[in-house]
Amino acid sequence: MAELYTAWKAAMAAGETLSGWQTFFVKFYQAFIDAERWKLYLSGAGTVLWVTALALVIGVVLGVLVALVRTAHDQQRPGHRNILLGVLNFICKIYTTIIRGTPVMVQLLIFSFVIFVNSRNFTLIGAFGLGLNSGAYVAEIIRGGLMSVDVGQMEAGRSLGMNYFTVMRFVIIPQAVKAILPALGNEFIVLLKDTSLITVIGGQELIYAAQGIISRTYEAMYPLLGAAAVYLVMVMLFTWLLGRLERSLRKSDRH
Amino acid sequence: MIDIKNLSKSFGDHLVLNNISEHIAPGEKVVVIGPSGSGKSTFLRCLNLLETPTAGTITFDGVEMTDPKVKIDEMRRQMGMVFQHFNLFPNLTIRKNITLAPVQTGLMKPAEAADTAETLLRRIGLEDKADAYPAQLSGGQKQRVAIARALAMKPKLMLFDEPTSALDPEMVGEVLELMKELAAEGMTMVVVTHEMGFAREVATRVLFMDGGVIMEQNTPEQLFQDPQCERLRSFLAKVL
Repeated sequence: MAELYTAWKAAMAAGETLSGWQTFFVKFYQAFIDAERWKLYLSGAGTVLWVTALALVIGVVLGVLVALVRTAHDQQRPGHRNILLGVLNFICKIYTTIIRGTPVMVQLLIFSFVIFVNSRNFTLIGAFGLGLNSGAYVAEIIRGGLMSVDVGQMEAGRSLGMNYFTVMRFVIIPQAVKAILPALGNEFIVLLKDTSLITVIGGQELIYAAQGIISRTYEAMYPLLGAAAVYLVMVMLFTWLLGRLERSLRKSDRH
Repeated sequence: MIDIKNLSKSFGDHLVLNNISEHIAPGEKVVVIGPSGSGKSTFLRCLNLLETPTAGTITFDGVEMTDPKVKIDEMRRQMGMVFQHFNLFPNLTIRKNITLAPVQTGLMKPAEAADTAETLLRRIGLEDKADAYPAQLSGGQKQRVAIARALAMKPKLMLFDEPTSALDPEMVGEVLELMKELAAEGMTMVVVTHEMGFAREVATRVLFMDGGVIMEQNTPEQLFQDPQCERLRSFLAKVL
């Protein structure tokens, strides 16, 4: 294989006309096999996974906190307004408004070139930036889930003398989780694909690897198609896994 | 036991309760009747502050509940509430539905709460449903469990908000039967209902509400046989 590649590549460089199949072989070999370049795609995919995982954790933690603050604030009894909660709610509102009102690309650029201008760990900065962005969307998903639980559930819990957070923990949140799982799964898929954006601040993920190969070989098609294929396979795999998780949750439903 | 003074409640511009004063003594079974929109459910929900009154005070066992400094959860532990739509927790088993509040509020240890649940379920004839989920029960069974759940907190007062209105007709009887048993045991009860038969049989006092005020009140015999105001007469003509 390697000999064939070398021979045909030399022929190509000499200006000889090769058959369609030979051209394909040379370009494919050059994009994926030569110099063990497939390893670059694999490590890029690995980066995609850990950046997604880190951003997801940050996003979910932020999202849960923001959603709880905002829901608790909205559900206060009139005349019992908590000032601290009011301040927190205001901060959360600013956060979601700014994050959801500006492009994620701009946020990443600001994060990297303004806030963390002295850091060189671009991939990590990218992961933090994506997590911060995702948090605002996850918060709205969770808030919607909490709101979707019948108000009678909170009333019943409170009428028994349990406090707000006890009812939230044992009654409302377990019911909300099932309702938000599909939307949360979707957010996860979006996040996985959005990791490609960290390339613009120098994050070393899959597209970064593809671009490196393009600049070495002056051939764009195969590296880009390869990168796209890797994303597609990962997304399809996770979609399938999420579908299974949802189905198993519904089974325990016993309705 | 519960003393209501000048209670008013409005939702926005809409005045639902208009300056109600009323006293409910221990052991009384007060049934509240009236056309829909008369404010009877809101009145009941103000008693445990599920609705915050716009004005007025509610005093329960000498404690003014409407005082913002009062720990409302501790007050609510002493008063059970049964809802029109049961509001059982669908994510928990029947046993967990009953034991959750006593355990989480520190009223009972888990073992004691489990015993209480067992006793209550045996009493309502549903001990074999302890590990079932609410969705597997009929409407009447759900409402009986909801009553048991409230009773597990050993309340001094029970509030019923149209407990049979969402039930199929053949299931109304089993719920009313349980409520009659409770009444016979001396539980203080405030019941909002359209079941005039129940009012007649169980109530020590019937309140007729319309337009956010208590228009008329009397013993059931007097109230049903000799209604004084015109609105009560026309209401009774429609429902009896």
